[in-house]
Parts: sequence; structure tokens; C-alpha cells
Amino acid sequence: MNSLILTTATRFLTPLILALSVFILLRGHNEPGGGFIGGLLVAVAFALVEKAEGVEAARRAMRIEPLVLAGIGLGCCLAGGYWGGIVHGDFLRGIWPWYEEYGLPVGSILLFDLGVYLAVAGTVSAILFGLEEAGHAVAGRDD
Amino acid sequence: MWRYLPPLLPFAAFLWFLPRVLPVARGETGEYVWSWVPGLGIDLAFWLDGLSLAFALLITGIGTICILYAGTYFAKDPRLPSLQIILLLFAFSMLGLVVADDAITFFVFWEATTITSYLLVGFDHESAKSRASALQALLVTSAGGLTLLIGLLLMGSVADTWRLSGMNAQGDLLRASPLYLWIFWLIALGAFTKSAQWPFQFWLPGAMAAPTPVSAYLHSATMVKAGVYMLARFTPALGGTDVWIWTLTLVGAFTMVQASIWALRQIDLKMMMAYTTVMALGALTMLLGQGSAMAVTAAMAFILVHAFYKAALFLGVGMIDKGAGTREYTQLGGLGRYMPITAIAIAIAALSMAGFPPMFGFIGKELIYGSLEDATWPWLIGGAALVANALMVVCAGVVAIRPFAGRRRIAPRAYTADPGWGLWIGPAILAGMGVLGGILAGRFEHFLVAPMVSAVTGSETGAHLALWHGINPALILSLVTFAIGIALYFLIDPIRKALIKADPKTPGTEDGYDWLLQALKDFAAWQTGIVQSGLMTRYLQTTFVLLGGLIWGAVYFGTPALPPLRFDLDLFEWAVVGIIVGSIVLVLLTPSRLTAIAGLGGVGGGTGVIFFLYGAIDVGMTQLFVEILVVVFITIAMVRLPRAGYIPFHRISAVIAVLFGLAITAAMLAVLGTPLDRRLTDFFEATSLAEAHGRNIVNVILVDFRALDTMGEVSVIVISGIAALAALWAGKERKA
Repeated sequence: MNSLILTTATRFLTPLILALSVFILLRGHNEPGGGFIGGLLVAVAFALVEKAEGVEAARRAMRIEPLVLAGIGLGCCLAGGYWGGIVHGDFLRGIWPWYEEYGLPVGSILLFDLGVYLAVAGTVSAILFGLEEAGHAVAGRDD
Repeated sequence: MWRYLPPLLPFAAFLWFLPRVLPVARGETGEYVWSWVPGLGIDLAFWLDGLSLAFALLITGIGTICILYAGTYFAKDPRLPSLQIILLLFAFSMLGLVVADDAITFFVFWEATTITSYLLVGFDHESAKSRASALQALLVTSAGGLTLLIGLLLMGSVADTWRLSGMNAQGDLLRASPLYLWIFWLIALGAFTKSAQWPFQFWLPGAMAAPTPVSAYLHSATMVKAGVYMLARFTPALGGTDVWIWTLTLVGAFTMVQASIWALRQIDLKMMMAYTTVMALGALTMLLGQGSAMAVTAAMAFILVHAFYKAALFLGVGMIDKGAGTREYTQLGGLGRYMPITAIAIAIAALSMAGFPPMFGFIGKELIYGSLEDATWPWLIGGAALVANALMVVCAGVVAIRPFAGRRRIAPRAYTADPGWGLWIGPAILAGMGVLGGILAGRFEHFLVAPMVSAVTGSETGAHLALWHGINPALILSLVTFAIGIALYFLIDPIRKALIKADPKTPGTEDGYDWLLQALKDFAAWQTGIVQSGLMTRYLQTTFVLLGGLIWGAVYFGTPALPPLRFDLDLFEWAVVGIIVGSIVLVLLTPSRLTAIAGLGGVGGGTGVIFFLYGAIDVGMTQLFVEILVVVFITIAMVRLPRAGYIPFHRISAVIAVLFGLAITAAMLAVLGTPLDRRLTDFFEATSLAEAHGRNIVNVILVDFRALDTMGEVSVIVISGIAALAALWAGKERKA
């Protein structure tokens, strides 16, 4: 697909969507949003790059192997769980170390949500890229 | 030098257990409990009484010897570290098994011994025979493990405790329970498979594919005794009933006689030792079946006797193998002059095995004969014991005399001599224990056998361990045993030839195992052929028919109350409905795939808008993004497919789709018709901000209250992603 409009729009849209995804991740605390939706939005952003400029460009733009990203996400979830486990004795117990003092609702729960965000983003992008590459291999052509 | 480190671990454990002999001999018991699953009443509970302590000493002591032996035996083998590590794991599992007091803990360790022994038997994993033997041992013993688990659960539910000691305290309750027969058979199957009783005895000789140190450890002293240990352990809880006495006595006696006869057929000394081990296990089962104080005393003494001489002989056979290059006694002879230490160690151990005075084995055999006094069927047991013991004399003669006496039979190897100290020290110690056991019988009785017997029967020993009891029936039977055994020893060659000739014509239970395994494979192939058509359409149809059927069933058998339906929608809402219906029509009518996909996207998008309209913003957003990605995914997949032209109309699929859609609609209406239980909603509304500091209840539930669920879901997402990629990449190199 070689659409000048799509390619140009992608340049502007991708950073915006990615920024929006982070916003949605953080907003999930009090308003509709959260890690799962944010992660899907990341995948949408890379799907856009992939459609506009091809899967190679999308992989380059991601800079990191998507499955590795998913693995890091799972690691964040576990770490969020163990944080509560170590500090409080209960696996996955929420810990907010700066809440009492500064009113910041940041802690193990956000880390856990970040894990969900990364795992969803990584997995969906991985399948997306894999599907596209397998399609090339089947059709034997590159357009 | 690293190879001398692993034996230090079990040795340290041995030194920890050793001084505890004194308090246990005074009648004290040790209890060690850590909470494990308090919600289910399951603890990591351990219990040290005479029985578990004696087993713990055997396991750690012989474990030290065997792991040290392995270090020398495989000195130049790169696989040595892994062998020693698995042996240590096995020793740990076995130790846990004998000291466990919690049924679940016990079962976990039981299974751990099964798995580690699978790895050990299949240690020579490049040989197909070795792998097959390991699998056979695994399948047989883990099948028994399953029945054991059910038996333990039943016992736990009847006795209302998970503690083995607690179950043992409620023996009358268990024996009177209507579930007793089930419990007995399930537990007995577990014990019989593990301890190689007929008809499951065949896996043990097969497991001789394991390296020699492994066989010496697993198949003489420890793992195969786990079944016997369990029978002894559960004697207070389950023993003494008719079915217990009948089953254990008959199975044990039959196993004992059959194994001792087939032992004479073997040419390979290690195989001969394997069969004599089955014989010993049969004898133990038989004695525990009798359950009298005399019989239990005999069984407990025989456990020690057998562990000493059998481990020594297995290790000694390994030394012959190292020194002479073969274990087949028909090819061996005259080694005594070249391998004096091996010869002496084996000779002493064999004397104990044959039951000559002043060995520990003599006392063991006397006790077995002594237990005939109050046996249920003295003639049957006495006859079986006499045959088996006489044949043991023959086997002991073969292993102690044939390789060492006479002229050299095979061409001398470049190096035929006693192996290094790492190999001979173990058998020497164990053979020495056989002598000590005879001379210091009183000490052994006081510190080991008496506490074991009291743990099993709750009473004192039925007879005293001593070399000389005066002239009594047991002594006369012993003399008869020697006479028959020595006479048969000189006939061993013709007997062996006759048995080898008879072997193929004799039906064995291993054929049953093979048949069962083959039948299972055939059934799996047959059923896979039916279920797995390989057609995607067929899979989807099956899935949807099943799912639709289940939902219809739920709606039909539930209590659906149709909610009042309203059709006074706003114009905007009618527009959304119109978009969805229009998209569906488009999907059904269009001849183009791409249009159909876009139409599906329209359906999903419209649904998302409905979520927004009714306030489920989170769900709506997720729905919308998923819909976008699905369209992208399907487009990629579809565009690459060969052009199909006109999409044919599948009548069956259409029927399924309509019925499924109606099922979902009915289910949704039924759900709406049931009154809403607001308890959870109220809880989350009250606690979301207060305890989780978040106002978005949906998200707070996802990442905080029910975070464990979410963690599982995210793991599933990643795993399914990996699976999808594996399917996509299957068979081709990935582009860099």
C-alpha cells in the first residue's frame, strides 16, 4: 500500500496515539481507561505504521522485539505482585508508598497495570507482525 | 574433586538423624510442622518415630554410599554432575516421603520419587531400551500414585484429618467405614505398583537399565521399599482385616516364589539381584499382611537385613562389571585372585543373603520362620518361605562363587584389579553391617527394630533378635533350607537352561501392560481420526453447536423471566441499530471478502457505540479497539488467500449461526430478567476509593481486587500469542 496521505498522516498520528495510550493507562485510575485499553491502543498505533510503511518499518519503529515487550510486561505484573508479597506478606496486595505523604496514588498497582499494558501491546503487535510476515511468505510477494 | 562434595549432603543428614536414635528408642517421637495451605488444613508436617527414623537412616546412609560410588563409577563421564544432582533430588524426595506426616505432603514426595526415578532409570537416554524401561516404570508407578491419591483423600475424609498419625489413631473408625474396601484397594494398588508386587512386578527388572549405583540405591534399599513402608505405616489404620490379611499374604507369597524362581533364569548378575529384590519385597508384603507381632518383627528386621546385603551386592556386581567387563556369570571365573577386596565384600554380603550364621541375614530368616507360630496359614507361608529362601541360597552362591572361583573364563582385560576406594568402601561398609547385625543383634533390636515394630503395631517385638534360640522349628527349617539350597546350587546350570526354554511359553503380566498400552494408543488414534477432521469450518461448526446447545440448555433449565421490553428508543439509538442490521445484511449478501470484513467491523463498531450510550465506557473503548485490530488482522489473512470469487452460501452454517444468535439473545434476556444482586456492586462502590485509592471501579477490580485473575488472563494472552506465532512460523525460517 503506497498512500501518500496515509504515510503522512501516520507520521503525526502515531506519536499522538502512543501519547494517548499512556494517558489512557494513567487515566484508568479514576476514569475509563487502563492498561488493557492502553495496550490495545499501542497495537493500533503500530498497526497504522505497519499498514502505511510496511512491517519492516513497524518493527524498526518499535525498536524492541514485541514478544520481549510482552515478557517484560509479565515481569512487571509479577514484580507488582511480589512487591505487595514482600512488603506486606500478601501476594498482589496493593502498596502505595507515596500516598500518605504526597497523595500520589503510585505504587504496585500502577506497576501491575503497566505490566498489563506492555503484555497486551507486545502480544498483539507480535501476532500482527507475524501474520503480515507469514502472509508475505505465503503469497511470495511484497506490496 | 567436586564429585566428592555431593555425598556430603546426605552424610550430613545421616549425622543429623543418627543421635535421634536414642530418644526414639526411649519411645519419644519428634514432630515438625510448618503451615502450608491452612485454608484446607494441609501442613508440611513431619513425624519422626521408629519406622521413619530407621528408613531415614537407611536412605541417608546408603544414599551417601551410592552417591560417592557414582562419583567414582562415572568419574570420567561428563554426565556425572547431572547424575549426582538427580540422585540428591531423589534422596531428598525419599527422605521427605518417609518422614512426612501429612497425607498431601506424603503424596507430593511419593510422586517426586516417581519422577526422579524416571530420570534415573532413563539416565542413559540415548538408548531406546533405557527410555522404554523408564517410561514403563513411570507409567506403572504413577498409575499406582493416582489410586494412592484417591485412597488418601478418602482416608482423609473418613478420618477427618490429613495427618497420617491422626489417621492411625482412628483405625477402628476407618475399618468400620463403608468406604474401607475402596480405601484398602486404592492404597494397596499404590503400594503394589511401587513395591513391584505381582502383577506389577515386571517394571523392576526392566528398570535395571539404570546405571549400577542408581539400581543399588533405588531398587534395593529405598524407592521400591516405599510401598512396603506405606503398608507398614498404615498398618494401625487399615491392617488386621480379612481382606488385608488375605490380599497381602497371597500377593506377597506369590510374588516371592515367582520372583525367586525367575531369578535362577538370569545370566546377568544384576538382573538376578533385581529378581531377588522382588522376592524380598514379596516377603515383606506377606509378613505385613500377617500383621502379628512376630511377623512385623520379622519384616522390620528383614528390611534392614535386605538393605545391607542387597545394596552391597548391587554395588559389588558393579565392581565386577568394572573390573572384568561383563556381568554375565557364565563368562566369569577365577577373578578372586585379581579382585580380592571385591570377592571378600561380595562373599560376606552373600552369606547374609543366604542366611548363614553369624550374619544378620540368619537372624532375619529365623524370624520369618519363627513368625509361622501364629501365622494364618502356616503351611502356605512356611512352604513359600522355604522355597524362596532355598533359592536365595542358590543365588547367593552364584554371585559369590561363580565369578571368583575356578579358572579364568574370559581373556584377561588389560586391567583387571580391584577398583579404587570410592567403589569398594561402600560395599565393604554394608557387608560389614551385615556381620555387625548378627553379632550385635541385641543392640540392633533395642535401637532400631524395636522402635520400628512399636511404630507399626504399638506393641513390643514379638521375638528377640539373637543368633541362638536353642533347637526349635525355625532352626530345623533353616537347616532344611541350607540343604535344599546347596543341593540346587550344583544343579543351577540345567535349571537355568530349562527356565530359559520355558520362558517364552509362560504368560506374563508384562504382556498385559503392553496390550493395554497398545490399546490406548489405538484408541487415541481412532478418536483423533474422528475428532480432528483438519477442516477449520468443521471445528468452528462443532464449537458453535456445542456452545449454542449449552446456552440453550442453560436457558431452558434455568428460570428465565423475560424482562419488560421497551421499543421507545431515541432516533440516535435507532440509527445505531440500523447501522448494525445494515452491516449484517451487507456481510451476508456481499460477494467480496473485503466488504464482508468491513461489514463485520461495522457490527462490532455499532455494538461499541451501544456500550458508550449506556455508560460502559471501558467496555466500549475496548470493543472499539479490538474491532479495529480484528479488521486489520482478518484483512491481512484474507487478502493473502487465493481469490475465491463468489462466496458460496453454506446452509448448515447459516442454521447454526441463526440458532447460536438466538441462543445468545435468549441468554441475555434471561440474565436481564433475573433480579440484580447488588452486594458486590455495593462492596466495590464502598471500598474502591477508600482501600484502593481509585474511582474507576472497573479498573480497580481488574488490577487490584481481582488482580490474580488479571495476571492469569494476561499470561494466557501472551501464551496464546506465542502459540499463534509458532503456528505462523511453523516449518519455515523466520525472516531476520
